[in-house]
Amino acid sequence: MTANGSDVSVIPHAAASSAHLEVEDVVSGYGQIMAIKGITLRVDTGEIVALIGANGAGKSTTLRTVSGLLRPRSGRITFEGQKLDSVAPHKIVARGISHVPEGRAIFSQLSVRENLEMGAFQRKDKGGIAEDMERVAVIFPRLRERMKQDGGTLSGGEQQMLAIGRALMARPRLLLLDEPSMGLSPVLVETIFNTIIDINRAGTTILLVEQNASMALQIASRGYVLESGTIAMEATAAELRASDRVRKTYLGES
Amino acid sequence: MEQWIQLTIDGITLGGVYACIALGYTLVYGVLRMINFAHGELFMMGAFAGVYTLQGFQDHTSLNEDLPSLTITAAIFMGIVVAVVLAVLMERIAYRPLRHAPRLAPLISAIGVSIFLRNVMLRYTNARREVYPDVFPDGSIEIGDVSVSYIKLFLIGMSILFMVGLYLFIQRTKTGTAIRAVAEDRDTAALMGIDVDRTIVLTFVAGAALAGATGVCYGMYVGNAAAGMGFIPGIKAFTAAVLGGIGSVPGAMLGGYFLGLSEAYTTKLFGAQYKDVVAFVLLVAVLIFRPWGFLGKREDRRA
Ligand SMILES: Nc1ncnc2c1ncn2[C@@H]1O[C@H](COP(=O)(O)OP(=O)(O)OP(=O)(O)O)[C@@H](O)[C@H]1O
Ligand SMILES: [Mg+2]
Repeated sequence: MTANGSDVSVIPHAAASSAHLEVEDVVSGYGQIMAIKGITLRVDTGEIVALIGANGAGKSTTLRTVSGLLRPRSGRITFEGQKLDSVAPHKIVARGISHVPEGRAIFSQLSVRENLEMGAFQRKDKGGIAEDMERVAVIFPRLRERMKQDGGTLSGGEQQMLAIGRALMARPRLLLLDEPSMGLSPVLVETIFNTIIDINRAGTTILLVEQNASMALQIASRGYVLESGTIAMEATAAELRASDRVRKTYLGES
Repeated sequence: MEQWIQLTIDGITLGGVYACIALGYTLVYGVLRMINFAHGELFMMGAFAGVYTLQGFQDHTSLNEDLPSLTITAAIFMGIVVAVVLAVLMERIAYRPLRHAPRLAPLISAIGVSIFLRNVMLRYTNARREVYPDVFPDGSIEIGDVSVSYIKLFLIGMSILFMVGLYLFIQRTKTGTAIRAVAEDRDTAALMGIDVDRTIVLTFVAGAALAGATGVCYGMYVGNAAAGMGFIPGIKAFTAAVLGGIGSVPGAMLGGYFLGLSEAYTTKLFGAQYKDVVAFVLLVAVLIFRPWGFLGKREDRRA
């Protein structure tokens, strides 16, 4: 397969894998502004799928629409075979989707522990919640020492850990991550990405939005390139990494 | 000296009432960034629920004499129920439809609700006061040369009890934590699986319960309930909430006591006619020099 500027490859996926999340021809935005103009994408069970694109391409808008913060103007969203469009955000969490928003959005005046408890808001199984709290503390040891501290006092990296840990507290089957590497040192980005791989191996499907396309395409199996609210390319991560267009525009190579 | 102690006790008494009402303003402001100007009327409606409950016991039983603790508890309970029901209705009918309207709209709607409730009660009572049956034991305790009536002690104690209860609810319960989460970031709270609309209603409920219960205790203290009784305490409590820093729970408590004590001392220093003036002088001073209040968070200027 050639992967130069103009081609858009559609990947025939293993027939056995079922579509986890399906976004079909979705239009969404803010007021008069259409930030995404008819997007179709799918995430299969167990995958990591990367969604890359320039500033303002509509990546965050796509995630906000899937998690219900925005209502799609048209199109269909299904998760595990059930319609998701026009479902309230808190009910989408109950269906098994957690969204780590851009910029972490930690509750700065809640303690780290309270932030994690809010992540498990809908759950009633006290034992399971305590177990998961422990699991998050094992994944992110730096959070364990800071359980009683206010969220706002954490460093940027710690806040990102808390944001991911908090989302895991809901035991999601699909995790939406919006730029987890933003503002972090290279070492920390490395740590966070390794954690993302671990979370995925433990059975959580992931849709990953990233400006850091090179990192994202290293851990993803497939990827989509978003340009001005439409899908410009769709291919396996390896193909995208090899494509001239992606290398020039998103990997900063010449 | 005794006089100053007496004034301090008066200040704490009234301050506790202001603080309890102020908490309702501050909680609702926290989640909606809106001043519920009808909040003082919940206090008034609570006082009416209490007076009618006690009058009912008076007319049909001898429980007010035999078991006043029961009837007083029932009166407070009814004050809470009535205020809570009204708060849920007002949120649903007058505020929720305006959630996405310009910020002035719900404010005007709140003033409308306030005028409506006051006039309903004016009509219902023919503009007369409803007198609280004499259920509370008369008498006072003497500390040195200072005497404090039982009813005053009761009001001081109850307001502290209500505040501690609310504080624990907000700080220690899951629902309270959700209220704080919604106050900080509504969208992210929704992403946690928190039902934001329900949490906003629960915030109104918490504030209303406090206002209704305080209304009953205050009514027993002054001996009656009247349609206009929510207005001045409502505005004073709003002032207290702003003094303390609107949106801040400890701020509302601090502001309430600060205002109560300021008023008490003003009465002594400048005369009783300046008592109401001091609240507004303080309000203006705070708005000019420290608009975020004693304990509030500095916020970006909003349109
Ligand atoms: N709250 C909003 N109101 C109005 N327009 C918005 C809002 N949020 C985003 N937009 C617009 O929608 C478009 C897509 O924004 P979006 O946040 O989805 O981009 P993005 O791909 O996530 O970009 P970035 O990489 O900078 O995060 C942009 O043109 C942006 O200006
Ligand atoms: Mg974005």
